[in-house]
Amino acid sequence: MVAEHSSKNFGITLRVWRQAGPTQPGRFVDYQSQDLNPNMSFLEMLDVVNDELTRKGEEPIAFAHDCREGICGTCACTINGKPHGPGKGVATCQVYMRAFRDGDVVTVEPFRAAAFPVIKDLVIDRSAFDRIQQAGGFITARAGSAPEANALPVPKPDADLAMDAAVCIGCGACVAACKNASAMLFVAAKVSHLGLMPQGQAERDRRVLAMVGVMDAEGFGNCTNQYECSAACPKLISHDFIARMNRDYFTASLRAAVKPASSGASGGA
Amino acid sequence: MSPLGNLLRSSLGRKLIMALTGVVMVGFVVGHLVGNLQIFQSPDHLNGYAAFLHQLGPLLWVARIGLIVSVALHIWAATSLTLENKRARGNEPYAVKTWLRASLASRAVRWTGYIVLAFLIYHLAHFTLGVAGSDHFKSNLPTYTMQEDYRVAGFMVVKAGAVVADVHSMVILGFQSVAVSLFYIIAVGLLSFHLLHGIDSLFQTLGWRSTNWARVLRGVALAFCVIYFVGNLLIPGAVLTGAKGLRPGFSREAVKTTSVQR
Repeated sequence: MVAEHSSKNFGITLRVWRQAGPTQPGRFVDYQSQDLNPNMSFLEMLDVVNDELTRKGEEPIAFAHDCREGICGTCACTINGKPHGPGKGVATCQVYMRAFRDGDVVTVEPFRAAAFPVIKDLVIDRSAFDRIQQAGGFITARAGSAPEANALPVPKPDADLAMDAAVCIGCGACVAACKNASAMLFVAAKVSHLGLMPQGQAERDRRVLAMVGVMDAEGFGNCTNQYECSAACPKLISHDFIARMNRDYFTASLRAAVKPASSGASGGA
Repeated sequence: MSPLGNLLRSSLGRKLIMALTGVVMVGFVVGHLVGNLQIFQSPDHLNGYAAFLHQLGPLLWVARIGLIVSVALHIWAATSLTLENKRARGNEPYAVKTWLRASLASRAVRWTGYIVLAFLIYHLAHFTLGVAGSDHFKSNLPTYTMQEDYRVAGFMVVKAGAVVADVHSMVILGFQSVAVSLFYIIAVGLLSFHLLHGIDSLFQTLGWRSTNWARVLRGVALAFCVIYFVGNLLIPGAVLTGAKGLRPGFSREAVKTTSVQR
């Protein structure tokens, strides 16, 4: 038998952060959202609310979304105080209205952090993540067709662990959930998924030093080991990767301090 | 900037400083507790131990300076990281804030830190400098004559017959005040709570924690904190309940006389 709250239409009070632009002051506005199908997604509910607003000639609520299946990392709403809303291991687009009850007041805010300025309403600028990635979240390698799979053996457990980090969709929920707006989980995931692969070894030290450097410069906070990030992560990336990044960073710093560098005296090879 | 200079200025580097100074201080408080538990033996033990520490001379100062530097660096790192964290969170707070899994110890760690610092200052004023409770400070008490030799790791350090400060009586007189004892108990309780997050955290910061053994680590940290708290509770607890009284031959009149003479 289907539970009543997943079959009967209902209504909620939507309390949404409205902000016209990056420099404009924002405020919460209440909307009555009625006759909701419990099996519609949270973003579909916003679509319905926006339809009504558009019909009334009001400015619709701006929110970021793209794939609507939890793999692109574009949607970014803090719903009732939790980034991506109720449920474990879900992005905003994977939240369904059956997670709420008739008459609920549902508060929707953007992911908040000084490094993620609001562009409009619920849309934030996450280009700080791009700049961290550009500092070292890649391997410098010949880009051609896929190499022969057995040329470079990777133990299965290593590949699996690397994949656990590589599932990061860069949504920023970790930053939003952290009381310090720290990007440690994001950076740790990006550093680790390449650091665990043989292809990533050549630039491993340079990568972690550069990415942490940009992370600090972008104004993200510092980790206080409360692990709110991994609890909010739609991909449930473990904070074990943060420990791993700490270790990588310290050893890379020590190596950078003592490792001899070429003086270039021979004028190159 | 040099890679090591960079390390110490970076967010991760300052967390490393938090962790390493934390290790130094945990080591100290454990040694401090073990040393102090000698109060439950004859007065020769605590008094001999105190005399031994003072005999160390320059070495005692090396240890003291090391501890002062650790405390200062721990506070500096915590302050600079916290200020950055507040800036990073931005000006607009969340209207609804929920905690997903952060432990109470982690959420309270800054406040327990403040109170432990206040306690540390009082504790030094009380038993090291004699500014607070000076009527029972060791220099205002009659001296103690060692009845037996005091040995550390088999080495004789204080001979029988040596005249030493009566730290044993100072501690008992200090804890006979209910207010003082309660402050000690509360402060040490909060320190234990501070360490519950701190010990767990330092393994994460150093990169030695993983989910495979996180539960074991949590259990060990909890056991450590409980044992540490109970160990510390024993001293004021025993004095308050009267289980540990002043040594035979110690008279309060002698305190008054010496106090007046000074």
